[in-house]
Amino acid sequence: MTWLQNNAAWVVELAWRHLLLALPAIAASVVLAVALGRVAHRRPRLRQPVLALASVVYAVPALPLLIVVPLVLSIPLRSPLTLVVALTLYGTALLVGTATDAFDSVDGQVRDAATATGHGRSALFWRVDLPLSVPVLISGVRVITVSTVSLVTIGALVGISSLGTLLTDGFQRGITSEVAIGVGVTMALALALDALVVVLGRVLTPWQPRRRSVRAPAPPELVR
Amino acid sequence: MSTFLDALAWILDPSSWGGSQGIAVRVAQHLAITVAAVLLAAVPAVPLGVLIGHTRRGRGVVVALAGAVRAVPTLGLLTLLALLLGVGVWAPLLALVALAVPSLLAGAYAGVESADPEAVDAARAMGMSERQIVRHVELPLGAGVLVGGFRAATLQVVATATLAAYTSDTGLGRYLFSGLKSRDYTLMLGGAILVALLALVLDRLLAVAQGRATGLARRTAADSRLGA
Repeated sequence: MTWLQNNAAWVVELAWRHLLLALPAIAASVVLAVALGRVAHRRPRLRQPVLALASVVYAVPALPLLIVVPLVLSIPLRSPLTLVVALTLYGTALLVGTATDAFDSVDGQVRDAATATGHGRSALFWRVDLPLSVPVLISGVRVITVSTVSLVTIGALVGISSLGTLLTDGFQRGITSEVAIGVGVTMALALALDALVVVLGRVLTPWQPRRRSVRAPAPPELVR
Repeated sequence: MSTFLDALAWILDPSSWGGSQGIAVRVAQHLAITVAAVLLAAVPAVPLGVLIGHTRRGRGVVVALAGAVRAVPTLGLLTLLALLLGVGVWAPLLALVALAVPSLLAGAYAGVESADPEAVDAARAMGMSERQIVRHVELPLGAGVLVGGFRAATLQVVATATLAAYTSDTGLGRYLFSGLKSRDYTLMLGGAILVALLALVLDRLLAVAQGRATGLARRTAADSRLGA
């Protein structure tokens, strides 16, 4: 604990950087996965290829991705953009399946009723399909939020600083408490963001019953 | 682009494959630690998952546990264990086992739960014991999902086994870390391509296994319908 007292400012600084890497990747993953999930839901012919591509991208290990991405985009290895792009690829791949299920879960009769009451294509998407897909979508967003925050640490291996720096620095200098604090703060950050996503989900779906929790779907890793 | 070609040339060069530091040995190490971690994790995880799926109790605990494990940065678990246990193969192996448990548990309980409740009730009405129901009804019907759990666990472990080389001289990750240290892009990229290929091949193989197991489930369901 004395280690933490002496290095609190550094830990806060790293946590802030960690957040700045994780949040854009999570946001971009949600946008991309919703778009692709929509395509997979609307066009049965594209469904299999989209989901298969997602499962291939997800199968590529993270550290190699961090090395391949800068070469493909010709950006420096240590650029934060490298990590954001790699994490976005991952997050999207992991979320696409859930996003497709989310659109599938929207009741067809509700859509017909919306069409009958004069909703155009874009109104149907923004005011019916997207809001009604939120309950299923949120379960997937929770998973990618937690896994993205925890994966940001890998960046430290190629020199992109985040809370992961505490893990590599602590290991190299043999300071167990530094590594333990790195693990603890990363987990706390992940769980705090997860709680935030849950609250966001409740705010976006005021019609859902509060108390009774929706039956948790199978983990998205299994639905591929 | 030329880096890619150099990396491919390195992979295709037969002299890269031989010797105690060669690709062949490294691939074997990588596979060995992956298989060992998944099997060791399956020993407690699969029976526990089957029990949870059969009794429908303790699901909430498992979901919470899986969430918590997902939040643990694997690199942190790995470095922490390496500081506690030393630089041998045990630290990465233990970290990988911990990583594999949630997917295996989830696959097992979700698989057993996916069995048609009417089929389970019918089996019970025919006088099958709970053990027989698990073995002859729930496990065959849930085989596809169970194998899916193995697939998810293997994929996570084979990817993360790359990090094992950070604390111990094991597996394909070594090429990445040596390359990073000496700024040798060819070696780094060659290692990256090999790990990615290994992961993709394993994933495809397990996808085929999952397809077969799902087919088994369908045939079992069809048989029970014919018998009824």
